[in-house]
Amino acid sequence: MWEDRVRPRLFTYTGGTKMKGLASYWRLIPQRYNLIGTECNHCKQKFFPPRKICPTCRRHGEIKSYKFKGVGEIYSYTVIHAAPDGFEFQKPYALGLIRLVEGPLVTAQIVDCKPDEVEVGKKVEMVFRKIFAGGKEGTIRYGYKFKLVD
Amino acid sequence: MSILGITNDKMTGKKVAIIGVGLTKFGELWEKSYRDLITEAGVKAISDAGIDGIDVQELFVGSMSPGLFAAQEHIGALVADYAGLTGIPATRVEAACASGGLALRQAYTSIMAGRNDIVVAGGVEKMTDVPTGLAMTALMGAGDEEWEAFNGATFPALYALMARRHMMEYGTTIEQISMVSVKNHANAKHNEYAQFQFEVSLEDVLNSAKVAEPLRLLHCSPITDGAAAVILASEKKAKEICDNPVWITASAMATDTLALSDRKSLTQTNSAILAAKDAYKQAGVGAKDIDFAEVHDCFAIAELLAIEALGFCKIGAGGKYTEDGHTKIGGEHPVNTSGGLKGKGHPVGTTGIAQAIEATLQLRGTAGKRQVKDANIGLTHNVGGSGATAVVHIYRRD
Ligand SMILES: [Zn+2]
Repeated sequence: MWEDRVRPRLFTYTGGTKMKGLASYWRLIPQRYNLIGTECNHCKQKFFPPRKICPTCRRHGEIKSYKFKGVGEIYSYTVIHAAPDGFEFQKPYALGLIRLVEGPLVTAQIVDCKPDEVEVGKKVEMVFRKIFAGGKEGTIRYGYKFKLVD
Repeated sequence: MSILGITNDKMTGKKVAIIGVGLTKFGELWEKSYRDLITEAGVKAISDAGIDGIDVQELFVGSMSPGLFAAQEHIGALVADYAGLTGIPATRVEAACASGGLALRQAYTSIMAGRNDIVVAGGVEKMTDVPTGLAMTALMGAGDEEWEAFNGATFPALYALMARRHMMEYGTTIEQISMVSVKNHANAKHNEYAQFQFEVSLEDVLNSAKVAEPLRLLHCSPITDGAAAVILASEKKAKEICDNPVWITASAMATDTLALSDRKSLTQTNSAILAAKDAYKQAGVGAKDIDFAEVHDCFAIAELLAIEALGFCKIGAGGKYTEDGHTKIGGEHPVNTSGGLKGKGHPVGTTGIAQAIEATLQLRGTAGKRQVKDANIGLTHNVGGSGATAVVHIYRRD
């Protein structure tokens, strides 16, 4: 039978972030805590994650910081059963692509509900949560997740 | 001249040939090291070409993450050294799971540039020496570490997000997606180099463990050790020394955003669409002329995205096209006769070269029970990450 021969060794993820030091996490705290991205003053396109060059205007663009409202709707989602290290106690968990009202898609967990309540098109808002615990220093990493809006 | 680079009259036709191929068994090869694998593949390819090591002028080797998988970098020199070719220029090429395809493209380009007459393109990955967790970290390096992986994304999850949209937008069913795995396992059964030489049923696939919904275990390619190498020769040299050359008539590459969230569409792989368009133009052929293809089915949904990007069917129609049997051996466009990444195995940096080898075997007419009848034109499609890199090659027999 194939079960004996296909071992569940999959393309999941384990702590690339944890392999890196605290500085790489610390650098992105404003973006991850407050959903701060950027906006191109020239074409008005907004970017999350932040970009320092507008891909449309390139050197003609003028990039400034922009704080997203943190609301949007579910564009696609999956429920993860084979979880990476650091996330194994959360499984199964829903991971979605959230279409923010300002335009960009954001990859984030959808929480505070059962995974089977998640549906494409449902409205969501950002919440500030623990992402995982770990790292060389054993620190807890925080960031954005999204929850359903009634 | 296209914006993608090489496309002009001088560069079409019989300019570069594959004159030798070498492949190791794919699987969990605990008794073989990284350097054993690539040396074995290289020696087989050189013997197959009937040349001597001294004839090789340069080598390119695709390897995605030897630093994490084997704590070894500086692969170009290592491979030249262990193949007994010390002295020649030797370069490692990396584009995640498309590293092999890109190594082939670099080797092809070096001949097209008139710099060399005989070049080796190889691919190698030794993935099972490290704990699964570390292997996964290495693989997720193909995605966006800061904005996807940090938030709990896995590779199956990224493809699951694409699958969900494909099902929604085009009515693709999970059964149709699962038929890719069934077909590829059936083909792998006849490939002595494959990791999984056995069949699975549709029920097996639909009932296998959930990984990232809607994708299950049997929708996912495995972790694999393996290496592959091909010997490329200029037209002049190939005509001199080889009686069964397979001609590379197009070599194209294109890129897309690293993260899935920055794509305009989740249901079209634009890098592959661009690379295919350029490749068809270089080779002077269209999708209808392709007799068979090896495509990057790292997850079953990826094969549907591939056949749509290559124009075998309309965008969105991949599920139906697969269900109708058009991608089986004997169908309109046989896809992944080798078993694909799902059945043959997926040593990431090796895959692009292994695809070129299947194309060569098909065009030589030596693919045994999986031989496509009257195969004259073949295509390979090799993807990095969730589609940020795509490399497409076209080959012909005469
Ligand atoms: Zn702009």
